[in-house]
Amino acid sequence: MLTPDQLKVIEESPYKADFPLLAKNPDIVFLDSAATSQRPEQVLAAERTFYETMNANPLRGLYRLSVEATESIEQARAHIARFIGAVDSAGRPQASEIVFTRNASESLNLVAHTLPQVVGLGPGDDVVISIMEHHSNIIPWQQVCAATGANLVYLRPDDDYTITPAEIEAKIGPSAKIVSVTHVSNVLGVENDIAAIAMRAHEMGAVMVVDGAQSVPHLTVDVHELGCDLLAFSAHKMGGPMGIGVLWGKAELLDQMPPFLTGGEMIDSVTETDAVWAPVPQKFEAGTQDAAGSFAFDAALTYLDEHDMDVLEERERLLATYLTDQLAALDFVKIVGPSDGARHVGAVAFNVDGVHPHDVASILDMSNVCIRAGHHCAQPLLTYLGESSTCRASVAFYNDKQDIDALVDGLKTVWQVFNGR
Amino acid sequence: MAVNPLYNAQFIDHAQHPDYKYQMDDPTMSHEGINPSCGDELTFSVRLADDGTIEEAAFVGSGCAISQASADMMSDLMVDKTPQEAIELCELFKRMIRGEETDVEMLEEQLDEAAMLRDIAHMPARVKCAELAWRTLQEMLEENGVAGTMTATVNAACDHDHAHDGEDA
Repeated sequence: MLTPDQLKVIEESPYKADFPLLAKNPDIVFLDSAATSQRPEQVLAAERTFYETMNANPLRGLYRLSVEATESIEQARAHIARFIGAVDSAGRPQASEIVFTRNASESLNLVAHTLPQVVGLGPGDDVVISIMEHHSNIIPWQQVCAATGANLVYLRPDDDYTITPAEIEAKIGPSAKIVSVTHVSNVLGVENDIAAIAMRAHEMGAVMVVDGAQSVPHLTVDVHELGCDLLAFSAHKMGGPMGIGVLWGKAELLDQMPPFLTGGEMIDSVTETDAVWAPVPQKFEAGTQDAAGSFAFDAALTYLDEHDMDVLEERERLLATYLTDQLAALDFVKIVGPSDGARHVGAVAFNVDGVHPHDVASILDMSNVCIRAGHHCAQPLLTYLGESSTCRASVAFYNDKQDIDALVDGLKTVWQVFNGR
Repeated sequence: MAVNPLYNAQFIDHAQHPDYKYQMDDPTMSHEGINPSCGDELTFSVRLADDGTIEEAAFVGSGCAISQASADMMSDLMVDKTPQEAIELCELFKRMIRGEETDVEMLEEQLDEAAMLRDIAHMPARVKCAELAWRTLQEMLEENGVAGTMTATVNAACDHDHAHDGEDA
């Protein structure tokens, strides 16, 4: 339960005014930020600024505009590297370790298509993932295992939604070559102990991949503290534009990985029969990149920096706790996940007794409350939990107590509609 | 709070107390329909009379209120219809649910209570839920011929409709 002082912190949102969609539509209660976040004015303005003042094809041009476009991409890379702690011992951001993709899904596909060659994945080897992965971190590995004869092994949480040290030790053994686990579950909202999983993976000689789509937007992530080798995430879940994703990787590993997509911009030289790859990260960025998108993503990170990730993270924890407590207080609602609100990073999954999640979402929509309902691209997890689908409400720092109260009112209406009182 | 007019008492009654939701004895034919993304699943059964008309219609299964209410309303409508009439009603319902047919008077005359589901035309994510029963019935009748000559029990292969309900990472 929150203290009166904590409740006061979340009573209103000082951030909503910065988000045009929320500011112009005060009746919209947006509780689906785990699917995509809203974007602040600064990000929208940056996208426009790029096209108005520095629009040219980056990398290739020898004139001022193209140079500026190129520099904007490199600045964004450096900012992203700093944001996730990808810095050297002197604190300098390792911009060349930042690969731009379209989204976290593409980042994970890039890894699944190129990493197996590096580790020599073959029959009898294990690829270890967890049952709480998004389909984006399951299907690429299913394909890899089908093609190589490797085994797909699942880490499973206990009744308290925790992947225990015993489970980590049991499942990640000497046969493990690749371990790929989500930092935060997009359904349960729980944070996995990536540092412990990465340590075990490395002890067994495996490469550690992390899906950070749900963690980088909400937690201060430091790749060195996590101990991972590769990290995938998306701009659009953290205030940036849709269509820009990131793969961070240790330089020596990225160097060993072959290209994913080939063509323009990713080569040093080409002959009739062969090509020499450009250095990392350009090796992985075939074709014209979304330079405006990376410029706008840079602006989104600046927004988060200026408002202090630690402050935003604490506010989101209070919001998630209030959300969990309010849902738990409704006797017709069952939370699917930990009852401790502080364990929810953004997302809380739940069901209304006897009402299908799609009906819940449709009725909430009539009061402009936006939540998600379905399997959340995590069908193996829902099957494991014995649910065919759930509702999911998710918060970001721009939400406030009133948003959650509107959800609770809406859920009472849902119950009344189906129970006539 | 404004509640979607779709979720009125009549609709909820069909969803929660369906008259036609039971296991039919000796159906002429049965067919299973699934919306994997929603978890909606139903098996629809009919028994044809000697003159080839639908004598009895019933379904079993589970799913959201829209899929269940829609199946119940459809079952009520189909009794005493010929298979050809049933298929035409299925086509009309699908046009209504996709917003292609908006003549309310005609829809109410032809589809009776099921016409109340026309608001789903504005809820694209729910079209598949509303259509499930109608699609299942139509497939069953078409796959087994519509001349009303069916006498044997036929259990057609289940249909998997790969609706998308994903979320991009």
